[in-house]
Amino acid sequence: MRTLSLAIRNLLRNRRRSLATLLAMAIGSTSILLFGGFSANINYMMHTHHVQTGGHLQIQHRDFYLYGSGNPSAYGIADYKKIMSAIQSDEVLKNMVLVTTPTLQFGGIAGNYAAGVSRTVIGNGFVAPDVNRMRLWNDFDLQTKTTKFALEGAPLDAAIVGTGVARVLQLCDALKIERCPQPEKDPVASANTLPDDIAELSQLEADAASSSQAAAAANPRRVEVLVVSARGAPNVTSVEVIRAEEQGIKELDEVYVMMHFAQIQQLMYGASAPKATSIMLQLRHSDQIPAALERLRPLLAQYEATQPLAVLDFRKLNPFYVQTIQMFDTIFGFVFVLIGAIVLFTVSNTMNTAVVERTVEIGTLRAIGLRRAGIRGLFVTEGALIGLCGAVLGVILAIGLSVLVNQMGLTWWPPGNVEPLPLTITVLGETRMIVGTTVGLIIIATLSAWWPAYRAAQLNVVDALRHV
Amino acid sequence: MTEQAADHAISQEPVAVLTHVEKTYHMDSVSVPVIRGASILIRPACFTVLLGPSGSGKTTLLNMIGCIDKPDKGDITVAGCKVAELSDDDLSDFRAKNIGFIFQNFNLLPVLSAYENIEYPLLLAGVSAKTRGERVPKLLEAVGLGDKAKNYPGQLSGGQRQRVAIARALARKPKLVIADEPTANLDSQTGAAILALMRRMVDRYAISFIFSSHDPDVISAADDTILLKDGHISGIRRKATGVVA
Repeated sequence: MRTLSLAIRNLLRNRRRSLATLLAMAIGSTSILLFGGFSANINYMMHTHHVQTGGHLQIQHRDFYLYGSGNPSAYGIADYKKIMSAIQSDEVLKNMVLVTTPTLQFGGIAGNYAAGVSRTVIGNGFVAPDVNRMRLWNDFDLQTKTTKFALEGAPLDAAIVGTGVARVLQLCDALKIERCPQPEKDPVASANTLPDDIAELSQLEADAASSSQAAAAANPRRVEVLVVSARGAPNVTSVEVIRAEEQGIKELDEVYVMMHFAQIQQLMYGASAPKATSIMLQLRHSDQIPAALERLRPLLAQYEATQPLAVLDFRKLNPFYVQTIQMFDTIFGFVFVLIGAIVLFTVSNTMNTAVVERTVEIGTLRAIGLRRAGIRGLFVTEGALIGLCGAVLGVILAIGLSVLVNQMGLTWWPPGNVEPLPLTITVLGETRMIVGTTVGLIIIATLSAWWPAYRAAQLNVVDALRHV
Repeated sequence: MTEQAADHAISQEPVAVLTHVEKTYHMDSVSVPVIRGASILIRPACFTVLLGPSGSGKTTLLNMIGCIDKPDKGDITVAGCKVAELSDDDLSDFRAKNIGFIFQNFNLLPVLSAYENIEYPLLLAGVSAKTRGERVPKLLEAVGLGDKAKNYPGQLSGGQRQRVAIARALARKPKLVIADEPTANLDSQTGAAILALMRRMVDRYAISFIFSSHDPDVISAADDTILLKDGHISGIRRKATGVVA
């Protein structure tokens, strides 16, 4: 009590200096927490996005994750319906799992015959109502708007493509896509006249195709999709593109196609036993992943006689997410170290000045019987108090500022995103970050005071009393 | 003998004994001998003055008797204890228990009130709140500052501050109070009042006071006067016996 009381009074003695140090610490603490809150929010947004689109867990053929993109149909899960049924009826899992849905990945070629263009595509077949249920998951209560998956309620031959696919297949006008440039015709090429024989042949071909072109002109959104069936034969179907959606990343945007699960399954497997390449499981809460995994292992074991299965969580399936979080963690650590160093030197400077100013006082205290440890304790306590007050003030400021920013309705455009997101800083509720930062800064402030305190304690009593 | 003095049973043992004490200060390459073979004995419950010109070694001798400085040679025994054998922590505890200090510049803790300044040595010693609550007001009354308990040093005059310093020095009922020119920063009237107060404290609490001073009033009030010149004890005058050496 004695040391604490004396330390508080000493800090209040030079209010301006103590306040300046306190503010430096508080600003440092606020900066760390605001950045931490911002990166936490990015984590939550990415986490939510991946869980909404791919679920928490996916059951796949053991080798599908590494090799499946080359030939998805070769890594299908034959018993996917039985597995889904087993999961849905499991006493434990049924309370954890919100959505269980199959998906089917495919690769092929999409062509707009009328426009004479085609391109290779990759895509997925989804059960549309399940996708929409998955999009409702919002365990972190984020202020994001959920767009409805357009395939729900659409005909079986409907498809959604990336805007890049739509652009390449020249569907922009038909789909009324904004900011979708059309290729300009090369004036030189159009001016070239064909040789007579070639022109005649071309006219014949054009006449033959006119009937199908007429059909396409009736619905300019129809394209043909060719995939390789499970038996290795090409299979083609005509689909109507009902919507183009920006995929965020240009490379993906120019190849991605989404279709009804049943449609693509029919196309790939025909009369053969239908399969799915993944079973997506969306849980109520992300922290249920370990328990769900534990429960799934014995359940899946009975289906592994004919096909090896693996359960992958969304972190494994989305390495970019993990890398992004690691990057933000590293930046957070870097910011903490930088601000920690500033706090260290600020508090150390304040305490050094206090030691010089109070040298005679130190001599007096030592003369009347205070041990060296008492002097050390006094200055270290002062440093710790500055640390505590600065860090707590920083927390209050950070919470206040984060609430203010969140209410201002600011938006930002993260890389790879198709629309701006609300600029949200999540500080309140981030107990681990707040406690970690506060304790960390208090420790730094205490350590900063240790050296001046040690110096003060080592002062010769006579020299200290003589100090002018 | 007063009631307070009865608390401090007067022993006939000397409060401090210095035997062939030497002290040299080293500044860069220059060595300055300050005390050269001083041997003195401080009597209990006596008002002792160290007298000598500037640089004669008065403060150094006081510091060594007060156990805040150590001799290069010789022995110092204070309150029956050979202080050279004590560790730094033990010396701190020893000072807290046996020695009070009064400084020329008062050296009160500015963040503590008069009451708290006097209480502080008692807190260091772990004296109970009840005892502190009894002793501190008595000391404040004894030095005539009963109504200034809550005042901070900045709210007190020089004389009042020195009174608080005296009370603080007496708080733990030490065997010895060291005072380095306690009236030097006071006007003559206040200095005389402080001197009278200290004289009364010697009589009241039977504590030995050792001063360094140039002040003729201090010297005339002393029981014993130790004369210092160039680090030597050039004479000791005891009121009862006259010049001894």
